[in-house]
Amino acid sequence: RDFNERCAQCSEVNWGLTDGGRFYCRTCHNVIERTREVINAEAISNARIQTISKGLRNQKKTEEDWEWYVCEGFQLVLKKQAEALEALGVCPQMKDEILCNFWRRYLQKSQQAYCNRPTGEAVKALSVCDSSADMDSEPERPSLLHLLSLSESDGDLQTDCSFASSAGKVSENTSMCSGSIDGRLYLKKNQKEKLRMSMPMTLSFCYMALLWLREPMTLSDLLRFVVEGHIPYFNAYQHFPEKMKLYGLDLRIFCVESWPVYEEVHNKMVELAAFLDLPRFPDVTESCFLHPDMLCMKYLMEANLPDELHDWTRRVVKKTCIGEADFLTLTPGNKSTRAVKYDVLAAAVIVVVLKLLFLLDDHYEWLLSDFSAERNKNDKEAEGGPCFEFKKWYKVIKCSLDVEQKKLDEERAKYVWRCEKPLFYSVKKKSKVFRRRQMVENLQNQFGKLSGSVQPAERPNPSSFQLSWSEENTDGTCFHGHSLKGILQEKRGLLTALNPDYWLCTVKLCNEKMCGHLAHYKEVDFPQSYHFVLRLFSFLLRMQPSCIHEEVCVIEHKLFNKKLYKKPKYYAGLRK
Amino acid sequence: SSNEHSLNFWKSKELCLGYIQDAMLQKQWKRAAEFLAFYIESLEKDFSTEYMGPSEMIWRIGTEILCNHSHSNIRGFNSFTEQMKTLGVKRYLKVCLEHAFHLLCNGLIDEAYQNLSLAESWRFGEQTVVQDKEMKLIQAYRGLLDYYSWSKQKDILLEYEKDGFEDLSVEQEMHSCFRKAAVNLKEIIKIPGVWDLFVKSYVDLLEFYGDHHEAQEVLSEYAYNSKFPANPNAHVYLYQFLKRHGASKKSLVSALKILHDIVPSHELMIDFNTMLQKSKKRKRRRLGLEVIFAALDYAGWKENVKAWSCLARQVKQIVVSEKHVDWIKQEWNSRKDWWPAFHFSRYSAKRNWQDNESLSYGKALVAGVLLGKDCKYFKYVSHHGCKAQVKRFRTLKKFVNKHS
Repeated sequence: RDFNERCAQCSEVNWGLTDGGRFYCRTCHNVIERTREVINAEAISNARIQTISKGLRNQKKTEEDWEWYVCEGFQLVLKKQAEALEALGVCPQMKDEILCNFWRRYLQKSQQAYCNRPTGEAVKALSVCDSSADMDSEPERPSLLHLLSLSESDGDLQTDCSFASSAGKVSENTSMCSGSIDGRLYLKKNQKEKLRMSMPMTLSFCYMALLWLREPMTLSDLLRFVVEGHIPYFNAYQHFPEKMKLYGLDLRIFCVESWPVYEEVHNKMVELAAFLDLPRFPDVTESCFLHPDMLCMKYLMEANLPDELHDWTRRVVKKTCIGEADFLTLTPGNKSTRAVKYDVLAAAVIVVVLKLLFLLDDHYEWLLSDFSAERNKNDKEAEGGPCFEFKKWYKVIKCSLDVEQKKLDEERAKYVWRCEKPLFYSVKKKSKVFRRRQMVENLQNQFGKLSGSVQPAERPNPSSFQLSWSEENTDGTCFHGHSLKGILQEKRGLLTALNPDYWLCTVKLCNEKMCGHLAHYKEVDFPQSYHFVLRLFSFLLRMQPSCIHEEVCVIEHKLFNKKLYKKPKYYAGLRK
Repeated sequence: SSNEHSLNFWKSKELCLGYIQDAMLQKQWKRAAEFLAFYIESLEKDFSTEYMGPSEMIWRIGTEILCNHSHSNIRGFNSFTEQMKTLGVKRYLKVCLEHAFHLLCNGLIDEAYQNLSLAESWRFGEQTVVQDKEMKLIQAYRGLLDYYSWSKQKDILLEYEKDGFEDLSVEQEMHSCFRKAAVNLKEIIKIPGVWDLFVKSYVDLLEFYGDHHEAQEVLSEYAYNSKFPANPNAHVYLYQFLKRHGASKKSLVSALKILHDIVPSHELMIDFNTMLQKSKKRKRRRLGLEVIFAALDYAGWKENVKAWSCLARQVKQIVVSEKHVDWIKQEWNSRKDWWPAFHFSRYSAKRNWQDNESLSYGKALVAGVLLGKDCKYFKYVSHHGCKAQVKRFRTLKKFVNKHS
């Protein structure tokens, strides 16, 4: 009905739809490959996939490969990622509603620049019932219908694609450089284009959806799951259907060969949220997983620190006002506030608390530790658990950390980048690629046998905790229940730290606009205990110590704000 | 521990190589194989024109592991190497050559020969020209193997002759091997280099077929052509050849003189000295003394009975004749500071006496003459020698008393 191409056989323009959703020429009954699905693909995320899985395609006799657009590819990737997240326990709403909507909105927002045509062109009005006709077969998705009947932007969508497909040059371009129709176009730098979709951006989408739903998964968790293989990313294209051929320039778009970087994904997410004109995200409140009080609790457990420290983290959070919903909640487009990195924030709070209580200047913490050790010796049946001894904790953690880091380092060396589906740049090279793949497999086999051990490519089971400590262990390696009484004193009815001093990580924060960061970190400039603590959280969050250090600096400046800016003469060794 | 938390393909492979290297250095072959298995996927991204790209790495590392791993066998090695050959045209001949070496080291001579022959017939446009050196080597080694076959045939033939048999087929075989070998061996020794084995084989062939002239040419060229790297063995071969064919003293001496200049500690120095001592020419005898003293400067000769007896003999002869004592003085001059501690300490006296009487005799004579009868060495040895009532020590004592 809206398809204007001439029939290849009879040159008429008189199309109808078969039961299977295919176009056929009413004049000569020539059935073509083009389907409704292809046109509406961008608008209806799951419909097409559903149709395929229903086996309607099996009736097809021709072996032609599909024509597909790059954003269809990304859509598939997102879908797979959402499914994986659902399998990890994220609520289904994320996949069915939130991510869908975000994606659709993105397409709407970007299609204006995407199709390379002036936005002022006349657009054919389309009846919405076109889409609803298809929707009949999927009554279980009322939400999609609702969104489809949104304003005129949908209309643009459908016309755009039909326009592009009827351009006629499609098939020529496809066979030459990429499996996708617009692969080459996609990679061309286009000034008008903002936020062109990329593989790292799929993770930004996912995280944005998770954040909207306030799911108990931080960005560092997400990225860790990606690297561990629980979420499709590196070779996500292998989930494309058989007929959706991927080669040539597509590889540059969909084939990933580096681990996602936290900063990049996070920044893109913020940019994306603004681009999509999203409103203020749902509030991050005290009961949310992402709230520093909650995350601190989690990280304290994981770092094997006493539960009692949680009071202190709460105090710091309160004092610096970083527990406020206004501070924590993402408001897209608001350039005056920094988007909060919840995981880094929580880790930094803990570091500050440790500094408050133990000073961490390579002297005092050991002194305190000896003091606590004495107390423990004399008072074996202490109530409320033994005194927390920094030295013991350090030994236990260092041991575990070294072991885990070593494992991680080996995993990095053994990281498998390729998947079962071999890639090739052009059809000509296909056989060469396949032969090479054969050789690779032979050699891997040969040397794998010589490596002695059975090589089960086992992925570790996804878990939220990388280190776990149990109080049931009698070897005393769990410090959760230990008490801080060895390092605290009572003053005027309040518990304060014995430690009277504090050193600031930096006296002055940098100008973010100039050097990109608020603070810089060089290991040699800081005490080793501080570095150790940073290293611990660096491992847990899979981030550079400098990132955490930066956040520590920011919190310190908030905490000691008055002292810093009222009396600039004080530098190191501020009194609380 | 690394603090980097980012990772990309090549960084990951670089880390992998690090682990492989560590494992190999510690001879942990299983672990090396384990990591190599993960490195191998980089073959699919080997588009670099670097010299040491993934293909080269995998070939080298894989070969090393297969050579050393307890569970690997020659079949595995062969299949691996065949795959390596297909990986890069530029290194095809190199891989073939190394493959042949490996087979030879494992005693699989026929397989090695087949490999070399196959490689020899390889042609690949420009590459054949570029890889000319490797091709020459391949031909040379094939020639060497031909020589080896020839040698075997020759032995068979000689056995037959002993028993009075004759076998034409063996003879013909032998001759054809000769022809094949000779061509290739001749070619390779034209190129400046160290070709000891090839030269020896070629000369052997020439000698057998009576072409002594050519053989001498070859050896002289090998020894005296300044383009070739200095090689003591060249002179040794030449000397041995000349000796075999009854060459003049003069030529023998000149051959060995160069050897003395290059390697004063060579074992042939004893022969040289013996030859020179007997000479009527004064210059040569003088040289002989120089030669033997020079040889004994080296630690490896400290306990060489023959050397010491040579020196002793010559010293004795000079002293007795009372002519040319200044020769001894000249030689001794540069050595008198350190030879006593080096050769004639009390400790070595004791050791030498216990281990080898003749050795101590020779040394004692020299020590006694050079250092006098009061020197530690002489005193000890002669004392014990006389105590043991060995005749010659008594005469020695007298001699030294007379002549020191």
